Amino acid sequence: MGEGILKRKIGIEKEIDEFLDRVSEAGLLCKQGMDTYLKGDMEVYATYLKNIRDTEHKGDDLRRSLEKDLYEKTLIPESRGDVMELLEDMDALLDRYTGLIWQFEIEHPDICLEFHEDFKELLSHSVESVEADVRSCRAFFKDINSVADHIHKVSFWEKESDKLSTRLQRAIFGRKDLHLSHKMHLRFFVKQIDRIADEAEDVADRLNIYVIKRML
Amino acid sequence: MFAFFLSSGLFLGWSLGANDAANVFGTAVGSRMISFRKAAIYCGIFVILGAVISGAGAAKTLGELGAVNAVAGAFVVALAAGATVYWLTMLGYPVSTTQAIVGAIIGWDLFAGALIDVAALEKVILSWFFSPILAALFSALLYKLIAYGMKHVRINMFSLDALTRAGLLFAGIAGAYALGANNIANVVGIFVPISPFSNISFLGLFTLNGAQQLFFIGAIAIAVGTFTYGKKVMLTVGEGISELSPIAALVAVQANALVLFLFASQDLEGFLLNHGLPAFPLVPVSSSQAIVGSVIGIGLLKGGRGIRWRVLGEIVGAWVVTPIAAIFLSFIALFFLQNVFQQKTYIPVEYRITAEAKQRIHEAGIPMAGIEEISGKTYPSAYQFQNALDQHMVLNNTEKNLVLSAAEIDRLVVVNQAANRINDPTITEEQKQAVQQLRGKSFTHRWEMESALAQQSREWKMQPGNKKQNEELKWKLDYIHRLIRSTGQ
Repeated sequence: MGEGILKRKIGIEKEIDEFLDRVSEAGLLCKQGMDTYLKGDMEVYATYLKNIRDTEHKGDDLRRSLEKDLYEKTLIPESRGDVMELLEDMDALLDRYTGLIWQFEIEHPDICLEFHEDFKELLSHSVESVEADVRSCRAFFKDINSVADHIHKVSFWEKESDKLSTRLQRAIFGRKDLHLSHKMHLRFFVKQIDRIADEAEDVADRLNIYVIKRML
Repeated sequence: MFAFFLSSGLFLGWSLGANDAANVFGTAVGSRMISFRKAAIYCGIFVILGAVISGAGAAKTLGELGAVNAVAGAFVVALAAGATVYWLTMLGYPVSTTQAIVGAIIGWDLFAGALIDVAALEKVILSWFFSPILAALFSALLYKLIAYGMKHVRINMFSLDALTRAGLLFAGIAGAYALGANNIANVVGIFVPISPFSNISFLGLFTLNGAQQLFFIGAIAIAVGTFTYGKKVMLTVGEGISELSPIAALVAVQANALVLFLFASQDLEGFLLNHGLPAFPLVPVSSSQAIVGSVIGIGLLKGGRGIRWRVLGEIVGAWVVTPIAAIFLSFIALFFLQNVFQQKTYIPVEYRITAEAKQRIHEAGIPMAGIEEISGKTYPSAYQFQNALDQHMVLNNTEKNLVLSAAEIDRLVVVNQAANRINDPTITEEQKQAVQQLRGKSFTHRWEMESALAQQSREWKMQPGNKKQNEELKWKLDYIHRLIRSTGQ
C-alpha cells in the first residue's frame, strides 16, 4: 500500500515537471523560430515549426494524462480543481507560442528591419513572464512558501512587455512610408506577442489565489 | 432463545457501526481523502480484530449492560439503545452509543425500581461539555503547530497528499481497532455468561474461546452497520459542520484520539502515577462528541465563518435527545414485554438489614443511630429501602451506598457446574479453583460471596492502592456474581 502511494506520487511529480519543461521548451523554440523568420531562413524555420508542434502535442498528452490521474486516483481533493485549471492555463500559454509561430508561417508579415530588435525583445519579455509563471508553478507544487519569490516577476515582465508594445506600435504607426494595412498587420503581431505576457499575468493572479487557498 | 436475545445486541452493534465509524473515518471520508467504501472495509476489518483480540481481554467483559439483572431486560435495554441510535443515525447525527445505553439502563432502573445511577448520568452530561471543549482546544493547538511547521518545511504537494492520506488511514485503522475493543462488551458482553459457544481451535494455530466467538459475531454486526448506513453520519462529521481540508481532517482525528488518550485512559493515568508524574485528570469524554469539537476547533481558528451553526445546533440537540429518548423507549418497551408478553425483565432485588449486614455496617464505622427501626424488615426495592433510610438515619452518600450494598439480598447458591462455566479468559486457574471451593454454599448477600472468595484465594482480594487491578477485580467479581446467579436459578 505504502509503496503504491509512493510510486503514484513520484509518477505525478515527474509528469508535472515534464509538462512544465514542455512549456519552457516551447518558449525557447518560439524565440528561436522568430529569430530564424526574421533572418529569412524559411527552411530552418519549418523545422522549428515542426519542433514546437511536437512539443505542443507532448504537452497536451501530459496534461491529459495528469488530469486523468488526478481524477482517477482522487489525488489532492481540495486543490484538484485549481491544479486542473492551472495546467490548462499553462497549456494555453504553450498553445499561444505555437499559434504565433504558425501565424508567422501563414501570414508572412513583412517586418521592417528597424523593428527586428524590438520584436525580438518583446517576445523575450513575454517568454520571461511565462518562465516566471513556470517557476511559480514548480514552487506551487514543490515548496508553496517560495511561490511569492517568483510570482512578482511575472508582473514585472508583463509591464516591460506593455511598455515595449506601446513604444513599438507608436513607431510603426509613426512611419509615413508604410500603408495602413501594413501597419495594422504589424500591430496585429505586436498584440499577439504582448498577449502572451498578459495571459501569463492572468495565470499568476489565479495562482496567487490557489496559494492562499492552500495556505493553512 | 439465546439467538433471539442476541439479536437485540447485534442490532445495537449494527447501530453503533453505522454511527460511531464516523468518529474515526468521518473526516477522512468528508474531505474526500479516503473513499467511503475503502473506509468501511478498513473500519470493518479492524473493528473485528479489535473486538476479538483486545475486546475479550478487557476486564469490562460485561459492558454497561451488566447492570441489568435479567436477560430479557438486557434484550430490551439493548433494543431501546439500538433503536435510539438508529433513529439519530437515519437523521445523520453523530451521537454516543454508550450514552444511549446509559439512558436505556436508566429506563430499566425506573421500571425495576432500582436506584438510578446518578454518577453515570452526570458523566453523560459532563461529557457534552468536556468532550467538545477539550477536543476543540487540542485541534486548534495542533492545527496551529502544524501550520507553523509547514511554513518551515519544503514538501511537495503530492508527497503531502500521500502522507496525509496515509496518516488518515492509520488514524482510522487505530481508531477502528479501539472502537471494536472498547465497545464490543457493550454490544454482546451481557450475553457471554449465557453463550453456548465452546472453544474452537484453528488448525492448532490459535484458539477462539466462547467470548471471542460471540465478540466476533458482534463485531461483524458493527462492520455491517458501518457498510450499510455509515456514510450519512460520516459526511455530517466530515463536511456537514464545516468543510475540511485534508490536513484539517487529519488534525481533527488526531485531536480526538489525543483527548481520549489523555483524559479517559486509566492505563495512562496508572503509568504516570506509577512513575511519580502528575496525571491528567480523568474526565468523562465521548469520542462522538470529541470529534465534533475537533472540527469546530479548526473552524473557529479560521474565524468561524465556515461553521454551519444550524447543523451544530441540531447535533447538540441530538446529544441531549439520545439518553432521554433511550429512557422513554426502554421504559415503554419493558412495560410491554413484561405485561403483554409476560417476560421477566428484571429480578426484583430486596433489601433487608440482616444481622450480618448490621455487623458489616458497624465495622465500616457508619453511625448506627436509627438502624434498629429498619432492621429485619424486608423492602421490595432499592427505592423503598432508600426512602426508609432517609426517614430513620442521617447518612452521607458514601455511607448510604455502603448500607445499600450491605443490605442487598441476593440469595446466591453456588452449584457444582458454576466453575466449569467460566469462559472469561482473564479469570485465572487459581480464581476458578476458589469458585470451585465454594460449591454447595449459599449466601444471602453478594458481599458475603466476595468475602468468601477472598478467603479462598489472595487473587480475589482487593489490593489497597492498586486502582487498576482493583477495577479489573471488580469486573471479574461482577462476572462471577452474574454467573452464579444465572446457574443457581
